[in-house]
Amino acid sequence: MRYEAPGTIEEAATLLARESGIARVLAGGTDLLVQLRAGMIEPDLVVDVKRIPAMMDIVEENGGFRIGAGVSCARMGEHAALVAAWPGVVEGAELIGSTQVQGRATMTGNLCNCGPAADSVPGLVAAKAVATVVGPEGRREILVKDIPAGPGKSNLKKGEIVESIFLPKRPERSGDAYLRFIPRTEMDIAVVGVGVSLTLDADGTITEAGVGLGAVAPTVLDVEDAAKAIIGSKLDEAALEKLAAAASAACNPINDKRGTIEFRVDVAGVLAKRAAKIAYKRAGGK
Amino acid sequence: MSGIHVSTTINGDQIDYVCEPEETMLDVLRDRLGMTGAKEGCSTGDCGACSITVDGRLTCSCLMLGAEAGGHEIGTVEGVAQGNELHPVQQKILDHAALQCGVCTPGIVVAAKALLEKNPDPTETEVRYWLAGNLCRCTGYDKIIRAVMDAAQELRSA
Repeated sequence: MRYEAPGTIEEAATLLARESGIARVLAGGTDLLVQLRAGMIEPDLVVDVKRIPAMMDIVEENGGFRIGAGVSCARMGEHAALVAAWPGVVEGAELIGSTQVQGRATMTGNLCNCGPAADSVPGLVAAKAVATVVGPEGRREILVKDIPAGPGKSNLKKGEIVESIFLPKRPERSGDAYLRFIPRTEMDIAVVGVGVSLTLDADGTITEAGVGLGAVAPTVLDVEDAAKAIIGSKLDEAALEKLAAAASAACNPINDKRGTIEFRVDVAGVLAKRAAKIAYKRAGGK
Repeated sequence: MSGIHVSTTINGDQIDYVCEPEETMLDVLRDRLGMTGAKEGCSTGDCGACSITVDGRLTCSCLMLGAEAGGHEIGTVEGVAQGNELHPVQQKILDHAALQCGVCTPGIVVAAKALLEKNPDPTETEVRYWLAGNLCRCTGYDKIIRAVMDAAQELRSA
């Protein structure tokens, strides 16, 4: 295995594109190091992106936030303006692992590992976040929801790296929230995770919404029917029931030791309602 | 195999070493530098026995490559006491008998010190959540939590 720590993303992309063997990107390393130790992968090349300055910052841009791919989840939680604008995205990122893991783990790494239960991804999907990808053919933008292809598989091409994730400018009266179900209180993998983001008009009617569902399908889902179920409502009981039904209907989960199919389908609806209520309140709704 | 030359700072001392690309920071500390305070528990980032700080931020040294340390400030349990004088976190762990086998203790010391530097007046809940990544199979945690709360109080009144 070779270790490289280039200073620019173009160099990093070139290194990855030229490698004929197995290549991996190293950001926080909290998944990669475990895979290395377990012998699950034996890469020929590891490219550490933490020496690339553009990937190590949270930058306010056109009223939104650009979060570099090397930024740890702990740093996101310490960024007051980001937390104020996108509390749901940050609370998802801050649920990943322990304090020790938080200090290294990155949201982009969580996304690019393409785990169906990735805690930071449903909030990004609900937020309609956009990733900037750099590869041999230059720069492109892709919706976060379009990056995962299946468990452990991404739609990124050889040599492509996510440089940053962009959270757009928030209209007034916007809020978001992320909730997950785990059998313990901390340090576990989501059985179901739900991110909800919404915007209200002056009288509290929802004008825009996004719902991301994790751990209930091969990839994190963008559930448009669930968003439609609450747009135009003031999140009354009938709208909440429609939201829950749409979230449950979108599920295509597996049975495993953490939860059965039936349980996951049911809990997806319950958590969607609860997350929507929190997001509504954070948006200033009553 | 090609060694990587790394120039870093450990507990305030300038240190140079050569490591292999796949070696973790924990491997480097224990096997190359003879600093065996950080323990290998799980080697998957779950147990916290290998906790160190990197630029002041708490990290599992098993989840970091030795090659990544260049130019950073590494802090290990060996740097916590000042000569023969124990840090209040260490003294309180002894006073409260908050250890039995001791394998988790270096990680707890490093983690608790990092917490108290960030938050000098934590609630018990905050201490428990902060230390959720430090597993102890002996004590049942209560004594550890009491020791950290006590150390926090002493540091505040110092």
